[in-house]
Amino acid sequence: MNSVEHYKEHFDQLQSTDKNGLTAIRKNAFDAFNKFGIPTSRHEEWKYTRIGGLFNKQYQFPVSTGSLSANDINDLRLPGHEQANELVFINGIFSFPLSKIISPELIVQSLEEAASNEFKEIVAANLGHSSDYLKDGINALNTAFVNGAVFVHVSKGKVTEHPIYIYNITDARTENIFSQPRSLVHVGQNAQVQLIETYVTIGASESFTNAVMEIVVEENALLEYYKIQNDASHTNQVSTTHIRQVGKSYVHAVTISLNGGIVRNNLNIVLDAERCEAHLYGLYFQKGKSHIDNHTVVDNVKPNCFSNELYKGVMNDEASGVFNGKIFVRQLAQKTNAYQSNKNVLLSDNATVNAKPQLEIFADDVKCSHGCTVGQLDEEALFYLQSRGIAGKVAHSLLVRAFATDILEHVKPAPIRAYIETLIAERLEY
Amino acid sequence: MLNIRNLQAGIEGRKILKGINLEIKAGEVHAIMGPNGSGKSTLASTLAGKKSYEVLGGSVDFLGKDLLELSPEARAAEGLFLAFQYPIEIPGLSTTNFIKTAVNEVRKYHGKDPLDAVGFLRMMKEKMALMNIEQSLLSRPLNEGFSGGEKKRNEIFQMAMLEPKLAILDETDSGLDIDAIRIVSNGVNKLRNKDNAVLVVTHYQRLLDYIVPDFVHVLYNGRIVKSGTKELALELEERGYDFIKNEVNVEEGV
Ligand SMILES: Nc1ncnc2c1ncn2[C@@H]1O[C@H](COP(=O)(O)OP(=O)(O)O)[C@@H](O)[C@H]1O
Ligand SMILES: [Mg+2]
Repeated sequence: MNSVEHYKEHFDQLQSTDKNGLTAIRKNAFDAFNKFGIPTSRHEEWKYTRIGGLFNKQYQFPVSTGSLSANDINDLRLPGHEQANELVFINGIFSFPLSKIISPELIVQSLEEAASNEFKEIVAANLGHSSDYLKDGINALNTAFVNGAVFVHVSKGKVTEHPIYIYNITDARTENIFSQPRSLVHVGQNAQVQLIETYVTIGASESFTNAVMEIVVEENALLEYYKIQNDASHTNQVSTTHIRQVGKSYVHAVTISLNGGIVRNNLNIVLDAERCEAHLYGLYFQKGKSHIDNHTVVDNVKPNCFSNELYKGVMNDEASGVFNGKIFVRQLAQKTNAYQSNKNVLLSDNATVNAKPQLEIFADDVKCSHGCTVGQLDEEALFYLQSRGIAGKVAHSLLVRAFATDILEHVKPAPIRAYIETLIAERLEY
Repeated sequence: MLNIRNLQAGIEGRKILKGINLEIKAGEVHAIMGPNGSGKSTLASTLAGKKSYEVLGGSVDFLGKDLLELSPEARAAEGLFLAFQYPIEIPGLSTTNFIKTAVNEVRKYHGKDPLDAVGFLRMMKEKMALMNIEQSLLSRPLNEGFSGGEKKRNEIFQMAMLEPKLAILDETDSGLDIDAIRIVSNGVNKLRNKDNAVLVVTHYQRLLDYIVPDFVHVLYNGRIVKSGTKELALELEERGYDFIKNEVNVEEGV
């Protein structure tokens, strides 16, 4: 699957069968893919995350949602789903029959449709915006194959009481699957919404998911975004979330990564209006041989924005991790306040973390800070707990759980928080 | 209750305790005094089982068990309690959750079921009243941002909850003003009875006005060089540690 010819055939077929408003953007992206190719470790942003090997395998390139029924996916639903809007992708293709919209203020359409109706300006202005930030073949590959994508519009002035759950489901029961979910979310002025996204693979064949979600946040809007990753170790993903705040607005993003084979997250926040505020939290707690890479970008384009970022990692066994956090402050963006911190605990001698903060500041009147630490659990703290009769293993778990607290407390939807707590408790065996 | 024979211990290859002998019986209060660096905390931490301290010789019998063979948590469950000189701050772990886990872990060690929420709450309430400690403190992360006095009161509160047989108080008075010392020692005194014992480690005599010892030992350079009654503490207060140092140095021919 690593030769361009392989994709060319699929691409030509898609372009000929689906002649809607998206052919031009696909064509540009395909050219970019040809130019960049699949990222290798020579690519600065892919130095520690090697996905080339994943492309040496054969995958099915799905064009339809396949045969999964509502029953098949029932067990995969996240707690609180009864009170949630649910958007379902199967093998990267959005499924209307399996999705459920209960909030009247939500408009959910196929992206192809939105590209040619009253939303076409929004689509034109925002679809593919992430490619300005992710100059690599893998982002281009998703855009080159935009198909079965979804457009979500949160109407102006509405507070969405029911969260939106987004399931990226891969049906790998019979063969390896390469899937590329794509979505564009538009949060209208004064609107408020919670988005919760997760990834699940059914079956024992390998899955490789290359997802791109682009979100536009308008004036006075509020977005809470949660990404939960706890898929099996034979699943791999590159998961991009690109959030652009085009009016003074508030974004709260939390990424929880608990398992997977190779997982690469790109989270970009573009502060493209004055007085925007963004909070980015991440917890990665990895075991086995899993690899987690969090690349984040906070781009201060306009003055007076505030951003705060805290990512924490707990690495066990032979797990490896990457944190790469960039803060850009453009020349115009005076009075920027941007903070970033990354803290890691290694629970095993064979676990590793590569952490790299990067600040690029072109304005002079700014407050920025960053810091990163890699260490072990504190022996003094362990002894303190043990000296109170707490068994070593339990003390160990309590300390790991304590370390995660200031991320978990930012998971606001109660059922989701409880769900993550349970997953962590299972991992810690308490 | 506790019988220490010729205990030698060190850290990072350096011998600090050079042969400690001490016997403590149920119902007694012992004080260990000595200048800074004489090995008081080393003794306390070695008894509690801190890994970084290496036992180089001797033996310790605690209620008929070989203490040095037990893990730190087993020592605690068997009834040994160390109030830390510097209690550890653990952000993200609520004090209440910590204490509840400790109480239930000790119960588990003894083959008992965990306390249910109601039982635990009742016990907390009772000990909070005894120790004069507020709920708001216990809801906070363990020791994080606590004042010196709050940390020490929290140590004694944990002691009240765990009801140890032998409590070792390592410089529980350091950094406290007189009012705080009075509160903390009141707490300790309320917990005393004929079946338990207290080992007070202190640099100054003033704590011993409140927790009155039956025996006072002077630790110097890794050895107990003098033992006596509470009058010895007063003498130390008056004359300072120099007279002890001189006596010892003369004996050792330094
Ligand atoms: N972690 C350590 N590493 C090396 N030396 C230590 C350590 N802890 C204590 N010591 C040394 O051991 C000696 C005794 O210390 P300590 O037991 O703390 O004395 P005290 O409590 O009587 O003031 C001191 O000389 C001190 O410097
Ligand atoms: Mg000391």
